[in-house]
Amino acid sequence: MTDKPAIELVGIDKKFGAVHANKDINLTVAKGTIHGIIGENGAGKSTLMSIIYGFYHADSGEIRVNGNPVTIRDSQAAIATGIGMVHQHFMLVDNFTVLENIMLGAEGGMLLARGVASARAELKRLETEYGLEVDPDALIEELPVGLQQRVEILKAMYRGAEILILDEPTGVLTPAEADHLFRILKVLRDQGKTIILITHKLREIMAITDTVSVMRRGEMVATRKTAETTVEELAELMVGRRVLLRVQKGEANPGAAVLSVRNLTVKDNRGVTMVDNVSFDVRAGEIVGIAGVAGNGQSELLEAIAGIRKPTSGEILLDGKTIDKADPARLRDLGLAHIPEDRHHMGLVLKFEEYENSVLGYHRRPGYSKGPLLDLEAIRKDAMEKIEKYDIRPPNPRLKTANFSGGNQQKIVVAREIERDPKMLIIGQPTRGVDIGAIEFIHRRIIEMRDAGKAILLVSVELDEIRALSDRILVMFAGHVVGEKTPDAGEQTLGLMMAGIAA
Amino acid sequence: MSTASVPLPNWINYGLIPLLNLIVAFLISGFVVWLIGESPLDALSLLIQGALGNGEGIGFTLYYATSFIFTGLSVAVAIHAGLFNIGSEGQAYIGGLGCALVALSLDRYVPWYVTMPIAVVGAGLFGAAWAFIPAFLQAKRGSHIVITTIMFNYIGAALMVYLLVHVLIVPGKMAPETRTFLDGGQLPKLGWVMQLFGAKLGAAPFNVSFIIALVVSYLVWLLVWRTKLGFEMRTLGVSPTAAAYAGIPYARTVIIAMLLSGALAGMMALNPVMGSSARLQVEFVGGAGFVGIAVSLMGRNHPLGIIMAAILFGILYQGGDWISFEMPNITREMILVIQGLVILFAGALEYMFRPAMVRLYQQFKRG
Repeated sequence: MTDKPAIELVGIDKKFGAVHANKDINLTVAKGTIHGIIGENGAGKSTLMSIIYGFYHADSGEIRVNGNPVTIRDSQAAIATGIGMVHQHFMLVDNFTVLENIMLGAEGGMLLARGVASARAELKRLETEYGLEVDPDALIEELPVGLQQRVEILKAMYRGAEILILDEPTGVLTPAEADHLFRILKVLRDQGKTIILITHKLREIMAITDTVSVMRRGEMVATRKTAETTVEELAELMVGRRVLLRVQKGEANPGAAVLSVRNLTVKDNRGVTMVDNVSFDVRAGEIVGIAGVAGNGQSELLEAIAGIRKPTSGEILLDGKTIDKADPARLRDLGLAHIPEDRHHMGLVLKFEEYENSVLGYHRRPGYSKGPLLDLEAIRKDAMEKIEKYDIRPPNPRLKTANFSGGNQQKIVVAREIERDPKMLIIGQPTRGVDIGAIEFIHRRIIEMRDAGKAILLVSVELDEIRALSDRILVMFAGHVVGEKTPDAGEQTLGLMMAGIAA
Repeated sequence: MSTASVPLPNWINYGLIPLLNLIVAFLISGFVVWLIGESPLDALSLLIQGALGNGEGIGFTLYYATSFIFTGLSVAVAIHAGLFNIGSEGQAYIGGLGCALVALSLDRYVPWYVTMPIAVVGAGLFGAAWAFIPAFLQAKRGSHIVITTIMFNYIGAALMVYLLVHVLIVPGKMAPETRTFLDGGQLPKLGWVMQLFGAKLGAAPFNVSFIIALVVSYLVWLLVWRTKLGFEMRTLGVSPTAAAYAGIPYARTVIIAMLLSGALAGMMALNPVMGSSARLQVEFVGGAGFVGIAVSLMGRNHPLGIIMAAILFGILYQGGDWISFEMPNITREMILVIQGLVILFAGALEYMFRPAMVRLYQQFKRG
């Protein structure tokens, strides 16, 4: 590999107001390799990639592609330079076909027919050359997430990308789909493409990359050959201190059932049955984990238990009393706390100041109000106490919630729900988009709650998280609970169950 | 991230950017005036002279502003709950009916200060009632509030014409209006306020409802930012999913917010009906409900901003009248164009200069 490097960044620097997102970044990505970029949320990975892709402009520094300095004004320019990007959130038109999506923005000419024909031929070639199979006439909304991602990759390849950037590509995939993606990436690499993989999952880095660079607080702190480093070393480089990668917990000591779900059936907004005749118990002092690929009914199950979504049939019992008619406010009074899957849309109002979110849902409690008025002084004092206890940074209850990092936002939600001392805690994706340091902290809190005798229902698409925290694991597939396992069940077994292949 | 999320200091957000918008609106208006062949500077000086040049002008300006404060607050309360109430116009119109019925039945028995609070309640109740059906349809049936409130403006207008022509009209008169209220149904003018500044109110109908408007502004501020209900309305307005998660009842909150919005619009009627003409007339709202939308947008849905924006629009109304009187080339319609430009720049294009300001501010901070 005596070629010039595919991408070279020299002294890239970028500030957003007071935030120094990228400090004097130097990075060399060799041609025909898979280069991992790892770092906590807010370390500056996404900013750096956005600079390469032309979304932002560096305040100073130089980008070289194949040894030539380039100015990347916008994404059009990036594509012209041979850089393609697969975003974390897909940029696809749901009710277009695969072919239409791939052509979008590169239709070629006034009339579609000729473009369609040549696109179809090109797609065929890409398919055979790289093993990127997908039905060109399928509608995007009918494809599973793994295939949608493949369409994104095809889109980039169709535009002649030589360098492919993938931003957290496995967040929405099953283990099997992730493996498939990695196989595709390896084929692409072997065909001479260069791949930059952004992730915060250490395992993926170890599994697939050739080289890995670690970012921390806007700086590039290290670059290692993947073969010559360890997970522990990378974690330490990311966080800047030694971290515990395994959650430490003792034996569970389960008591009586707190939450009982009986023959529950729930439909989504379109009327599709998402939870189908599901029954289980959660006992005091245990964590029941629900594993499954996103979209198999876990979200609807959580929402039904939390009183946000009305079940079609079946029963939900808290302490033996039926609660499926209760609204979320009433459920909180009964001692059911809910850390929702999506903190941006449910758990928090991002436009509100921190203290307002620290009482969301509990704002009618006596301690927080005087008659019809809110007792702002009491609320802010309470918010400040939680900020200190949960080390929420920056420690300012008057700051707009959107200005906290993902990990700190999640801590605001966790603090609000846990500090009310509920007897039943339902949790969705407790650490999605949360950095390692905060993950450790949140996991410890959840275990503490269990040890204090609370019943906990945990939904996560991170199989590692489910296995680390749960005392029992239920696997959901297509709305059914397809089996129960202990946490020492192998990843392969659980993975197959999640894919609906074995019970 | 787009530049929309970059924080700017308040003096830029709430001072410099609105001012810039206003200046651009005036520049383009000036250009239009120049096209017609009049001098923009003369027009501007006429505008300011007419609106602020003497006690009477100021009185008219504040009289208009009073109406706009009420309708601006009406729009703002609904916006905080995520509802775009286009129906303030109709709610104010029906509110006038409530206000007039109170005045007609009490004016010969009690003095104005007894009639006034009851009329406030009456106007509010009627306005709220007119907002209730759209609110109910939105809350329970998902019918879009924008569509239903627009339709209710027309229904309200037709209803009022019918009532004024067939029911409330003074027998034997041609004009579709009620009888003139006696003193017990008229709000006193605020001539003494002008005298404090050594000016004369003259014929301007600047009256006690201005003070009610200020009090109500404070109450709206209290409601939105200091009460549990306001917190729930704002949560719903910004994030309906978070509201559902927090157990904030959608239907109830929507209906309450719309009732409050309708009531505020209804109260606007006090100003023209009891404060100025002392009778209920056809078309007395005269577009104030729609101006309320612009006032609320420009005032960033904050009572303080609304008061300032309402005064600005009062100036445009009064000063505009003066221009069209003094410069025959500039018709009433031209004045509407100028007002439209202000609405366009201050409301709809609110964020046009923001990216540039963000860049300037960041450069300034760095350097």
